[in-house]
Amino acid sequence: MTTQHGLDLHSAASIGHDLAPLDLDEELRKNILLTSVDDVMNWARASSLWPAMFGLACCAIEMIATAASRYDIARFGSEVFRASPRQADLMIVAGTVTWKMAPAVRRVYMQMAEPKWVISMGGCAIMGGPFAYAYSVLPGVNLVCPVDVYVPGCPPRPESLLQGLMMLQDKIKQHGVEAGGRMRPEPDGDFSRYLPAGDPLRAELESLFPPYPGLTDPNRLIGGYPRHGQT
Amino acid sequence: MPRGPRQLDGHEVARLLSAAVPGAVTVATDEWVEIQPGRVVDVMRWLHDDAEMDAAQLSNLCGVDRYDHFEIVYHLQSLDQNHQIVVKARLTDHEAASVQSCFPVYTGALLQEREVYDLMGIHFDGHPDLRRMFLWEGYPAFPLRKDFLQIVDHHPGLPHFPFETGKQER
Ligand code: SF4
Repeated sequence: MTTQHGLDLHSAASIGHDLAPLDLDEELRKNILLTSVDDVMNWARASSLWPAMFGLACCAIEMIATAASRYDIARFGSEVFRASPRQADLMIVAGTVTWKMAPAVRRVYMQMAEPKWVISMGGCAIMGGPFAYAYSVLPGVNLVCPVDVYVPGCPPRPESLLQGLMMLQDKIKQHGVEAGGRMRPEPDGDFSRYLPAGDPLRAELESLFPPYPGLTDPNRLIGGYPRHGQT
Repeated sequence: MPRGPRQLDGHEVARLLSAAVPGAVTVATDEWVEIQPGRVVDVMRWLHDDAEMDAAQLSNLCGVDRYDHFEIVYHLQSLDQNHQIVVKARLTDHEAASVQSCFPVYTGALLQEREVYDLMGIHFDGHPDLRRMFLWEGYPAFPLRKDFLQIVDHHPGLPHFPFETGKQER
């Protein structure tokens, strides 16, 4: 029987019947893989880390170079820079985090869905870099979000960022999915060493750490505003 | 061979300026003209409109802390005639320094004046939107003032890192 496009249906359908038992074993060996759920999940997660698209200073230029054709972060499955943190798994904090930017960085981190990871790229994001003692720069992004991999340099070369990405992939592959927990210090949200009491920015930052204000608001799930006709 | 703008002689600018806007110029040197902080708009408007001066562009506006007074420095540029005029305003009151905003003449001064206000605390009269720019509302000081580090009980930034030894805890 031959279709009008010339495909011989009879011989295509009869392949299975013609296999000898020895060939079947061989086919199974080639095509079926036994593994654990952990490994498959971690492999999937590590192989397509989607970074959030934001850069803060000069390091961002190096991050862009990493994403461009010469260094090509697509080789590691991370080329999809998402403009929305809700679609991203990885936050590459590339550049100087000023105090004024810190609440925004914290919000981006909180908006990302679990599982999420953070790479702190460059001296500035690690501990303030050249501006460590300045009045306007956050001394380390680990004060606002937990960091998985630190990539030092000013700026780190694209190879360094790729090395950091590979280290993160190794780290992800060692996690137990079921256990869920990852070993990384959560920041405590205490800014009393850096900002004076009553500072509006400190109040804003602290409102982004637990206990979150507004959790007891009965209208919390509908945006904090009462519905029409209710008080 | 393209060349940078030629800088006009301050004495010459001052002579023309005194004729057009009497009483505005206080000092003139080879490089710059110093004007009254209350006459900024008049002076700028004349420099901007005059055909010979033709200061079409405000290429820079900055503040300088001279310990006992402030200076605002304006670099004006004529794109057609390729020359540059440097104008300064001297603000004698170091505590409550204020100067006329030149926003009515140069719209581009909007952000530059906000920046000078943010970092040096100089008030620009007539600025439509004088808010903090790089720092946040409620920041207690003006960091580019020379006395910034002498402010009692104000400790910006980190004194030292936790692993650094031999430095005193504040
Ligand atoms: S670490 Fe260096 S290159 Fe990176 S943002 Fe800071 S100053 Fe710029």
